[in-house]
Amino acid sequence: MFTYRRPDPATLPPNNHPPYRSTALRHPREPLVVVPQTLSELTGPVYEHQAPGPLDHDLTRQHPGTPLGERIVVAGRVLDDSERPVSDTVVEIWQANAAGRYAHYSDTHDAPVDPNFSGAGRVRTDGAGWFRFVTIKPGAYPWHNHENAWRPAHIHFSVFGPSFLTRLVTQMYFPGDPLLAFDPIFKAVPDAGARQRLVAGFDLELTEPGLALGYRFDIVLRGPHATPMEA
Amino acid sequence: MSKPITPWQTVGPFFGVLLRHDRVVPAALEAPGPRIGIRGVVRDGAGAPVPDAMLEFWQPDATGHWAHPDDPRKPADGFGGYSRGATDAEGCFSLDTIRPGETPGPDGTTQAAHLLVGLFARGLFTRLVTRIYLGDGPGLEADPVLRRVPAGRRATLIATSDGDGVYVHDLCLQGPMETVFFDV
Ligand SMILES: [Fe+2]
Repeated sequence: MFTYRRPDPATLPPNNHPPYRSTALRHPREPLVVVPQTLSELTGPVYEHQAPGPLDHDLTRQHPGTPLGERIVVAGRVLDDSERPVSDTVVEIWQANAAGRYAHYSDTHDAPVDPNFSGAGRVRTDGAGWFRFVTIKPGAYPWHNHENAWRPAHIHFSVFGPSFLTRLVTQMYFPGDPLLAFDPIFKAVPDAGARQRLVAGFDLELTEPGLALGYRFDIVLRGPHATPMEA
Repeated sequence: MSKPITPWQTVGPFFGVLLRHDRVVPAALEAPGPRIGIRGVVRDGAGAPVPDAMLEFWQPDATGHWAHPDDPRKPADGFGGYSRGATDAEGCFSLDTIRPGETPGPDGTTQAAHLLVGLFARGLFTRLVTRIYLGDGPGLEADPVLRRVPAGRRATLIATSDGDGVYVHDLCLQGPMETVFFDV
């Protein structure tokens, strides 16, 4: 039997993080209870997803018209913590449009909705763990966390992996964004090196000439280890 | 030396954009076994409902078999075991599924009937992991995971039977009845 190593705390943003105001009443105050990894956790949803539709990976072609904004390619590999590719796993994204507005009733930001952009996509990784999306570069948007608060441009990612324990939900940011220095969500990741792993790299190789700039975003999930369980 | 994992970030308030076009097939209701419903409210530390939480559920079939390649016992035909959804404006969630069976635990033990729950929300950086045990089921005293939980807090993991296969179970992020969340 194998187990999954617990993540290094330096990579985990603390759920109690006063600079992000909404954490105040939503973080557990009791310590998490350490429990063994059983068959319940070592299994996980690998069969429940329908095959992604033919345009699920291309957020610029899901409507009759073309969305406004800068077309980009976002691609990368999903690996486990031993650098083995995680193949045939579902990667989902959701994001704001180029003006920084989500196609969601609760988004009240005074920026235009784009009728040609829903902002959701999903793919399965290939045998080497690769995924690739075509989308629009999302705009920054204001939020109510503090005076003059703006979220840096970001794409939300949701990844499953082979077990309940490999689940990951995160956000991908863009290189050189001046708002990163002011964002309490990005900055909540304790370790500076870990934080930088949330920033995609500009990648000329991924660029589609005449069509879209390319960004590379690799994702590392918890992986199985044949070692005895930690205490 | 292993490669460090990608850090978590909050799911934020707009995951509905993703769920609106979901391609998840919910835990098959056609699979054999007693049908049950689980209803509850997610609450914050002020006791206020949380209207923007995302919940994921993972469970075995009625005989305790998992739909996963690492469980060599096959689950019932068409059984999946995973479903997800969001709380409504009143913080309520509702799951219709089949009753999970008892399933193997570590070192030859048996785990009482339960579902795993992953809870995500704006204001939470990471997923919170908990379990929902069915309060009228056998084996709760001997359950190897419940036994790790301080006795005074176990009730926060056990759903109350409301008759007719309906169970009631609130999830409290904070406060006097704070739900037990796991480091696993
Ligand atoms: Fe966002």
